[in-house]
Amino acid sequence: MAYEIVVLTNMAIAVLFALSLNVITGFCGQVSLGHAAFLGIGAYTSAMLSKEGVPLIITFIPAMGMAALIGLIVGVASLRVRHDFLAITTMGVVFLFTGIVRKQEILGGEIGIAGIPAPDFGRVGLFATSLLCVLAYLLLTIWIRRSWTGFAFDSIAEDEDTARLLGINVPKFKLFAFVVGTAGAGLAGALYAHQVRFIGPDSFGFVESISVLAMVIVGGIGSIWGVILAAAFLSALPQFFQVIDDYKLLVYGLLLFGAMRFAPEGIDGLLKKIVRRRAVK
Amino acid sequence: MIAKRLQIKNVSVKFGGLSALEDVSFEVDDNQLIGFIGPNGAGKTTLMRVIMGMVNPLSGSVLLNGRNITNLTSVQRIHAGVALGQQIVKPLRQMSLLDNVALASGGKKLLSPMRALLVQKRHKERELARELLIQVGLGDHSEKLPSELPLGYLKRLEVARALALRPSLLLLDEPLAGLSKPEAEQMADLIYNLPRVGLSVILIEHNLPQVQRICPILYVQSNGRQLAFGLTKDVMADPAVRQAYLGVGA
Ligand SMILES: Nc1ncnc2c1ncn2[C@@H]1O[C@H](COP(=O)(O)OP(=O)(O)OP(=O)(O)O)[C@@H](O)[C@H]1O
Ligand SMILES: [Mg+2]
Repeated sequence: MAYEIVVLTNMAIAVLFALSLNVITGFCGQVSLGHAAFLGIGAYTSAMLSKEGVPLIITFIPAMGMAALIGLIVGVASLRVRHDFLAITTMGVVFLFTGIVRKQEILGGEIGIAGIPAPDFGRVGLFATSLLCVLAYLLLTIWIRRSWTGFAFDSIAEDEDTARLLGINVPKFKLFAFVVGTAGAGLAGALYAHQVRFIGPDSFGFVESISVLAMVIVGGIGSIWGVILAAAFLSALPQFFQVIDDYKLLVYGLLLFGAMRFAPEGIDGLLKKIVRRRAVK
Repeated sequence: MIAKRLQIKNVSVKFGGLSALEDVSFEVDDNQLIGFIGPNGAGKTTLMRVIMGMVNPLSGSVLLNGRNITNLTSVQRIHAGVALGQQIVKPLRQMSLLDNVALASGGKKLLSPMRALLVQKRHKERELARELLIQVGLGDHSEKLPSELPLGYLKRLEVARALALRPSLLLLDEPLAGLSKPEAEQMADLIYNLPRVGLSVILIEHNLPQVQRICPILYVQSNGRQLAFGLTKDVMADPAVRQAYLGVGA
């Protein structure tokens, strides 16, 4: 039972993390290869505060705030770059993050932070909390999707020059996506730190960034349900099969490639196609 | 002095060594429809892009209703009342024609994601979009995706979308290109009527018969310079215009 709870909690955290990238990459069309840095920022912020005795739930706010603040800065810095350059810039962010954390004594340096206190409400409580967080963030993203913000995101994701000519203040919308997305990653990070209770710079590197991007793309860029499915499934796999864990980068790399090559619209697109075919028959 | 709807003062644009606009000045009055003609490469599109803030001029200024907008972004200019229907159509291909137009009519919501977040309804904008699509003759195609339609339809979408921005100054870059003769006639009629509802329009067109039919005033540009500006019949009789533009000896 305990093990299942751990697996389920990990899945919930992965879903939250993927949903947060989905706002930036899926909704707004801004590719990020460094999203794990924001998971890390949330994890470190929350871990250090809770070691000082701050209750987990309270640490959520600074964890999200810190991630969103850095997300805003990265967003401002990347406003002028597009596509490939944006990918490279965001990749830089995750290397910068791990590089800086490694050198900081107060952040535990290479070793990381151990002995993060277990939340008072136990494993099941942490799972329930994670689920609630996923649910809250899910509702937020559904709301965004249906609002005029989501409508404007659609146009920015497709062609920002045209979006501009329709009167859309593209930079503001992009920054909004960065803030909401990185705040979500920060929240996932806070949960993650208390799930594993030991964090180090290597937990938030390039591989983790690629993994979460794979979840968003395999799920079908922008599709909330596809991304949830993909994140739940892809995060469960390595927990059950050690092999996949060992070859994570290879597996996710292949998945990414396969999804882009053979099913550019992801699980969501495939399902819709199947449903449509059924409907025709 | 009463402010004109649009004033362009001494605008010059260079692309590398090429001088696309050389010291261009001209004015558009309130509720005026101006035909803007000139040979290929004359710098017509470039001038529209300068007015929209998509190209930065080397020198010169652009005034809208007396307000200097030279340093505003494209988005700020749109919300100040300028709209452009582009020569090369740029539909959003992932959404229906209706949504293309509805999005453009979002007004101030499009300036702030926080404000946009508070609104879920698209009903009013869709109604307006439906009306505009009917006006440009696309009423039967509003639910279609742009990829399902030929160029002539997308040109009309471009016009509907620009109108959805509720501009006071509308720039139309060859809106009749790719339209059949009756379609062009219908679109020209629509453009002809815009000044009656308060718009000033600059119409770039190679379709001279339609331009002569609907535009009381013509502005002619060649090689980035003004060649003629005045009443249509005077301009068309101008030997320099006939020589440069029509290739007809004077
Ligand atoms: N972005 C650009 N970079 C370099 N040169 C450009 C650019 N845009 C336009 N030009 C050049 O500037 C000149 C004017 O082009 P422009 O598109 O304004 O002409 P036009 O009058 O609209 O012609 P047409 O009737 O063919 O549409 C042309 O020689 C063109 O090649
Ligand atoms: Mg042109």
